[in-house]
Amino acid sequence: MTPPILEVEDLRVSFTSPRGVSEVLHGISLSLQRGQILALVGESGSGKSVTGLSVMGLLPRQASITRGCIRFDGREITHRVPRELRGAGMAMVFQNPRAALNPTRRIRNQLADVILAHEKPTAAELHRRLAELMEQVSIADKARCLAAYPHELSGGLCQRIVIAMAIACSPDLIIADEPTTGLDVLTQKAIMDLLLDLTRARGMSMILVTHDLGMAAQYCDDVAVMNKGYIVESGRDPHALFLDPGDAYTRRLVNACPTEQSRLGPQSVSVPPASAAPLLDVRNLVKTYGRDFRAVDDVSFTIGRGESLGLIGESGSGKSTISRLVSRLINPDGGQILFGGQPIGQMPADHFYRTPLRRQIQFVFQDAAGSLNPRFTAFDAIADPIRRLQQGETSELGERVIACARSVGLPEGLLNRYPHQMSGGQCARVGIARAIAVDPQLLILDEPTAALDVLVQAEVLALLERLRREKGMSYLFVSHDLHVVRMLCSRMLILRHGKVVESGSCEEIFRQPRDAYTIDLLSAIPHFRPTGNGA
Amino acid sequence: MISRAGATRIGLRIVAAVPALLGVILFAFIMMRVLPGDPAVYFASGPNAGQAEIDALRHKMGLDQSMPLQFLHYLEGLVRGDLGNSLVTGQTVTQDMRERLPASLELTLTALMFSLVISLPLGVLAAWWAGSMWDQWVRAFCSLCFCVPPFVSGILLVYLFYYMFGLAPDPTGRINIFTPLPHRVTGMLLIDFALAGDWAGWRQAAEQLILPATTMALFVIAPLTRMTRAAMLSVVNSDFIRTARAMGLPTWRIVIVYSLRNALMPVLTTIGIVFSTMMGANVLVEKIFSWPGVASYALDALVASDYAAVQGFILLMAFLFVMVNLVIDLLLSVLDPRVTVE
Repeated sequence: MTPPILEVEDLRVSFTSPRGVSEVLHGISLSLQRGQILALVGESGSGKSVTGLSVMGLLPRQASITRGCIRFDGREITHRVPRELRGAGMAMVFQNPRAALNPTRRIRNQLADVILAHEKPTAAELHRRLAELMEQVSIADKARCLAAYPHELSGGLCQRIVIAMAIACSPDLIIADEPTTGLDVLTQKAIMDLLLDLTRARGMSMILVTHDLGMAAQYCDDVAVMNKGYIVESGRDPHALFLDPGDAYTRRLVNACPTEQSRLGPQSVSVPPASAAPLLDVRNLVKTYGRDFRAVDDVSFTIGRGESLGLIGESGSGKSTISRLVSRLINPDGGQILFGGQPIGQMPADHFYRTPLRRQIQFVFQDAAGSLNPRFTAFDAIADPIRRLQQGETSELGERVIACARSVGLPEGLLNRYPHQMSGGQCARVGIARAIAVDPQLLILDEPTAALDVLVQAEVLALLERLRREKGMSYLFVSHDLHVVRMLCSRMLILRHGKVVESGSCEEIFRQPRDAYTIDLLSAIPHFRPTGNGA
Repeated sequence: MISRAGATRIGLRIVAAVPALLGVILFAFIMMRVLPGDPAVYFASGPNAGQAEIDALRHKMGLDQSMPLQFLHYLEGLVRGDLGNSLVTGQTVTQDMRERLPASLELTLTALMFSLVISLPLGVLAAWWAGSMWDQWVRAFCSLCFCVPPFVSGILLVYLFYYMFGLAPDPTGRINIFTPLPHRVTGMLLIDFALAGDWAGWRQAAEQLILPATTMALFVIAPLTRMTRAAMLSVVNSDFIRTARAMGLPTWRIVIVYSLRNALMPVLTTIGIVFSTMMGANVLVEKIFSWPGVASYALDALVASDYAAVQGFILLMAFLFVMVNLVIDLLLSVLDPRVTVE
């Protein structure tokens, strides 16, 4: 049997900071055969990225390998990875592809830099190699892409370029660190299929670092589950492992992962009586940008009292624009928005905050930490809307803020902390508490869990569902994750290029999607559970 | 690069600067007249000049007219390219500027070049080895350069290199008065000597230039180095540098092509600011080295209440400032494909 391409033995990595030394990897052991694909799964902070960086010799300066051994193709590289090995022996694909490319250098030169770093081809040969690489990563418009700067290309194209750089010198091992985070579900599928095909065709090995169990199951042969710097469980066949986890942490992770079967409570999502007048009635909504770009094109929908509606679409589909229009942060160019029977579409967005309706429609933003004022404590953040929108009723401000924090499960002791002193999940709770502080009837949630780990996401979703039941609020839930929408919403709306392509109850759409685009979306979701319809 | 649309935008930028320049002209005009001092008294034949003589002089200089009328006359002259006459030198201000601006520009540009040659490598290496002993030494060196004012460092340099070691020529102007001057093309001696092929003259001019340029350079090394270091640090920690390292690019390429190239943009903006400051602030250096530049000219004119000369200087500086900013913006748009000249 040939020796493994990569062997990691009892790897320990420590970070040195002014506050002392802290160990983040406590003895990791891995082994990867040629042609094998290994998934490293876990939450952020579990040490999976640090493991990848250690292998590449790219650890930040304050980190060091304190014990253990890394062998690449039988060669010891623990403390020094030779430069020639990076790129030619092993390469890495990162998340956030646009930032991973040099913004001031044309794609052609960046690709050529990689080849020239390891080989000395002639000009003609280099030209041919570049064209070949573009074909291998399935980029049709070669000439334009090669001449472009990264900011002129989409995120998906940029990731293809990074992959082209990674395979340019035919490495034996590719480490892909969350390569599809931030990309749409369809682009994600295309990128992952591409990585898989290339790995198989060239007989390379791959380590896929991800928090998505579905992706790990669908694309990998082996899996290692990491938690707090340990590998808690590993084995062949991720499907089998996730279906019958042996470790308690893996089980929690698996249960938190939104799937087709996931439910938030014992009851299914409640549906309001059909006869009642809807809380929100949007008719033929239009928003144009520039001369002829229709971001929102003739969109109509209703939301009943106590109902939650999911809004699904990839980036650029107009879902965020709709959420801003409905929350009256921007002005529509056509159509009507009726809130409780009252037309609010014509009120100018600049003055909407003065109307008493501002209280009734509140917003929870995508970037939980970034949407909090960094100079406000959690208390101030929650108290701010009460002070602004309910003047004259602020006598028991303190009690109200505390009650609000309690209802979102935020410990009272955290109220005097600033955003940077809180975790992502805690910031998300503050954002939700801020939105419900003035008892709105309609809450607009713009991907509130997109930046959160699965376990935290599950907690936040459960919280949102409980709040909706307790307070009888209606939700407009914007997301690109179909499973998350299904857990929280009774009906959903699928958008593409500003138009509604399909709408209906979640159950129905999942069981029997009608539009071809919806079918694509559904089949692109990576999953690990055998499902009813044989997918 | 600069397309036709780009050229239009550049034209618009220059047009857009006109109101600001007009404002500067008006401000300089009013300021000179509000400041105490009467040029007629200053330039009358002697301290015993009678009121009649002063009044005659005032009339001749147009100072007995109302202020708006004087301003109109001044503007009218400007349109014709006439900045007025300097009372100190007896020449037109335009002529004075033509003679002296190249001297100041030559000094400032050379000083800027000196400081860049020193501060770019210092800043780059300080960022690359951030937190190291080298970084500390660079920090200390910058602090030292920044604390010593130019009139101290200038005199110190003269004392050391001229008086003690005798290495430098005497600090009296741009060139030995016995050296024949080259045919004037740009007015900058180094360039004109080079164009004339007179390398002995070039050497002399260079020797005269080294000390004043070094004095000025020392003062701006600190901001340039610190800016380079800060800009490099933010680039060095960015994702695309990590990608470049993961692909095995040679270190020099990562430092020069990937890091420095991207860090240059904030540095370039700083260079623009530093250059403008140097042009105005090199009066001390010009005085110490008897350098016949515009700054010392303006100081003399200010003391003498020489209205036209001071106004001409302020206008020239404002114009230079506009042009330097335009050039910097153009360079930025060449360096960074995401930037366009607005």
